[in-house]
Amino acid sequence: MTNLTHLTIKEALTGLKKKDFTVSELTAAHIKATEAARHLNCYITETFDVARKQSKESDARYAKGDGRLLDGIPIAMKDLFCTEGIQTTAASKILKGFKPPYESTVSGNLFRDGAVMLGKANLDEFAMGSSNTTSAYGNVINPWRRKGDDKPLVPGGSSGGSAAAVAARLAMGATGTDTGGSIRQPAAFCGITGIKPTYGRCSRFGVVAFASSLDQPGAFARNTEDCALLLQSMAGFDPKDSTSVNCPVPDYTQFLGQSVKGLKVGMPREYRIDGTSPEIIKLWESGVQMMRDAGAEIVDVSLPHTKYALQTYYVIAPAECSSNLARYDGVRFGLRVEGENLIDMYEKTRAAGFGKEVKRRILIGTYVLSAGYYDAYYNKARRVRKLIWQDFTEAYKKCDVLLTPTAPTAAFAIGDNMQDPVTMYLNDIFTIPASMAGMPGMSLPVGLSSDGLPLGLQLLGRPFDEGTVFKAAHAIEKAANFTALPQTLLSKVA
Amino acid sequence: MAHALLKGDTGEWEMVIGLEIHAQVLTKSKLFSGAATDFGAAPNAQVSPIDAGMPGMLPVINKLCVEHAVRTGLGLNAAINLYSVFERKNYFYPDLPQGYQISQYAHPIVGNGHIEIDLADGSSKTVGIERLHLEQDAGKSLHDQHPSKSYVDLNRAGNPLMEIVSKPDMNSAEEAAAYVTKIRAIVRYLGTCDGNMDEGSMRCDVNVSVRKPGDALGTRCEIKNVNSIRFVQQAIEYEARRQIEVIEGGAKIVQETRLFDTKNGTTRTMRSKEDAHDYRYFPDPDLLPLKFEQEFVESIKKTLPELPDAKKHRFMKDYGLSAADASALISEKPRADYFERAAKGRDAKLTANWVLSELLGALNKAEKELEQSPVTAEQLGGLVALISDNTISGRIAKEVFAEMFVTDKSATEIVAAKGLKQVTDVGAIEKIVDDVLRANPDKIAEYKSGKDKLFGFFVGQVLKQSGGKANPAIVNDLLKAKLGKG
Repeated sequence: MTNLTHLTIKEALTGLKKKDFTVSELTAAHIKATEAARHLNCYITETFDVARKQSKESDARYAKGDGRLLDGIPIAMKDLFCTEGIQTTAASKILKGFKPPYESTVSGNLFRDGAVMLGKANLDEFAMGSSNTTSAYGNVINPWRRKGDDKPLVPGGSSGGSAAAVAARLAMGATGTDTGGSIRQPAAFCGITGIKPTYGRCSRFGVVAFASSLDQPGAFARNTEDCALLLQSMAGFDPKDSTSVNCPVPDYTQFLGQSVKGLKVGMPREYRIDGTSPEIIKLWESGVQMMRDAGAEIVDVSLPHTKYALQTYYVIAPAECSSNLARYDGVRFGLRVEGENLIDMYEKTRAAGFGKEVKRRILIGTYVLSAGYYDAYYNKARRVRKLIWQDFTEAYKKCDVLLTPTAPTAAFAIGDNMQDPVTMYLNDIFTIPASMAGMPGMSLPVGLSSDGLPLGLQLLGRPFDEGTVFKAAHAIEKAANFTALPQTLLSKVA
Repeated sequence: MAHALLKGDTGEWEMVIGLEIHAQVLTKSKLFSGAATDFGAAPNAQVSPIDAGMPGMLPVINKLCVEHAVRTGLGLNAAINLYSVFERKNYFYPDLPQGYQISQYAHPIVGNGHIEIDLADGSSKTVGIERLHLEQDAGKSLHDQHPSKSYVDLNRAGNPLMEIVSKPDMNSAEEAAAYVTKIRAIVRYLGTCDGNMDEGSMRCDVNVSVRKPGDALGTRCEIKNVNSIRFVQQAIEYEARRQIEVIEGGAKIVQETRLFDTKNGTTRTMRSKEDAHDYRYFPDPDLLPLKFEQEFVESIKKTLPELPDAKKHRFMKDYGLSAADASALISEKPRADYFERAAKGRDAKLTANWVLSELLGALNKAEKELEQSPVTAEQLGGLVALISDNTISGRIAKEVFAEMFVTDKSATEIVAAKGLKQVTDVGAIEKIVDDVLRANPDKIAEYKSGKDKLFGFFVGQVLKQSGGKANPAIVNDLLKAKLGKG
């Protein structure tokens, strides 16, 4: 039997249908791989019992011949999605032991379609971070290593556990959430594919909130086709989320392999940012060439307000977070540290429950919303956000998709970029503008750096036009033919 | 009365009063969740994960609340805003599970409007409405259940409230009371709030300041959560007096939030302006701006009932009622409806008197609501008809009414059974008059020497002799003729 954990979702579905192997066998292989790779710290909570139970049910469906869209596919669930009766922590101490009495819409959709949950994947605390180092449950380790260097690298963040698990072949796919790049950047760092759909495409119901106007669930897998299958299941209008949009979900796989002849691919000139590694610029140019070779037309476009995106994001996101995280007060659920009186209990609970980065953002957010600073920061940021949105709207008059790098560097070592928060925040410079504008985006691996680390390119599309993003991404995927495996896996496979 | 001035040591003072009324929208479920809103359920029995502020939970607007807010806005003659925004008001408290209250701030659903208030002397006054906005209620903290712990009941958390803000157009406690009374009548007519202040479905925040007539507005204090009309009046009277004393004592009024103590009728500091929260309002990113079309407003407009003020003016015009009687009748819709049914084809003024004095008095005494009245509107109309056509006198009518109130009989039946039909036969009455005069020669002498009051004595004697059945007008005429005065 082939190594089951190295199959794509599509291949596994075919194998299951043909009864080459059972779901229970597929799940067992992933559980075994996960047990062997615990040092990567991909999961906060392993849910093997749930996985085994779901596998049995799935096998029964296959036996009856009514396998569903993702029936039997073992996945990792970012621990920001509430799962009924299963601990959901958001990687924060403040939610330790919290078992939601409800299921998030996205996880519910995946279970409806037969997905098997292996565990709750690690992440930056409350999804605030770009390296998965802010998790209260320890950092995740990227399965990739630099050539000749054993230093552990970050998987990116915030969905670091999800990305690392998929890259390390511990799960066939994973859910993520993207607020400023939390799917696309870790996908790039881990050499896999990740899609953040349009804001409003996937329901936020049951997703622990970081910044409500930016948070958007999405998917990780090892290629565009698998991402399309996962998103197909996750997406759709949800009356329980007022910001969810009632727009039909097309069959995303139909876009894969469609010709990109005549497709207008925009290269935003403002994305040539100082400090971007020359290798990344080279990769970008090669991606452009791949599109050109496939018949696409390359268009020079301008997104003039790009330079304000990061600053704007770090006003809006903390403002929303400061309010969203007010509910963690020790009164009803999660951690409580007793105090002399009510205020003392609040202070002790929140001091002990939140990590440094979360506290920093709550403070920033409280500050920018406070009387006297509100107009200078929050209101101005909202106005700039509108301009950023306009940038994209104007650009999409000239092109169908945008092609950019995903991150300015490859994965860095754990401990690097920690000296000051701004250096860390710069990691999201290419992903944040699209988040601010609510546009769909995807990252896919296109090449390796000179020291053997994966590098990704990002495709951005029009609102609710994930289809064209898939089409363009698939064309690059085909041309790039990225087959490299993390070194840690190579040694085992060999 | 309308512009009552208060006397202080330094002269006269004018009160300036504005009210914020929180009216709970009459719906089965909460503003942003499907949990029930019934009053009096066991603690925390009506709480959804959304109301409890659980992680990942999202608010979804209850459409009926929007309809009711628009409906109420129309009832307040107010501008309806087709675009409004829900914002978060951020502060920490155990009975505020999300750590913020979802409210409307910069863009409320209803803008400027006005209503008419009815005062005891029959005059009326227009009071401006600043705005009406929708917001969530908080839960309830219970501090008296345990010696060292506080308990939280979240049943009320998330209940839909309409906050109705008046302009500072009132100048006396009486006007404020009349305002609350009218708002309550309007929301009850509209069916958008039950107006039950004792169950907390209507609560008032009262803003009071004082100034010398003609001066600029003084510094105001806000008295929170006053829950009866009587308390609103008491709180205003106490607070205005307190402020005058402070100012006349040479000190300044500090802008602050105060609490009304129902036990001794005083107000006391709750928190000063320095302790005021910075609520950090910002648009709730979980909710899109609330937008609807003018057609939606028009469709609601079509279903509006006749409102209290319109009804009052119609009663005055069509039935010739005084402003005071009309106001008293329209203050509650069932009362106005009862009156109209009873007055159909009858003497309207007389009917109004009977509804307002005899019927309401009897109901009050029996501790019954109008809906439980043993005398139907039609039956009361029948009684009024008997008075109008001189079948019985007003005095006999009271007797008949008392009987009607405890039996199921109509006025006609009682009058017939008891032989109470009024005597209008002049000859028969004259005979009684003569008997009475003959029996009281001394009184006649006194009367003739100037003791006019004795006329009533003769009337009373004649009526008594007739068993109350003699027509009083005829008795009067005959007596006047026979006593040679008149």
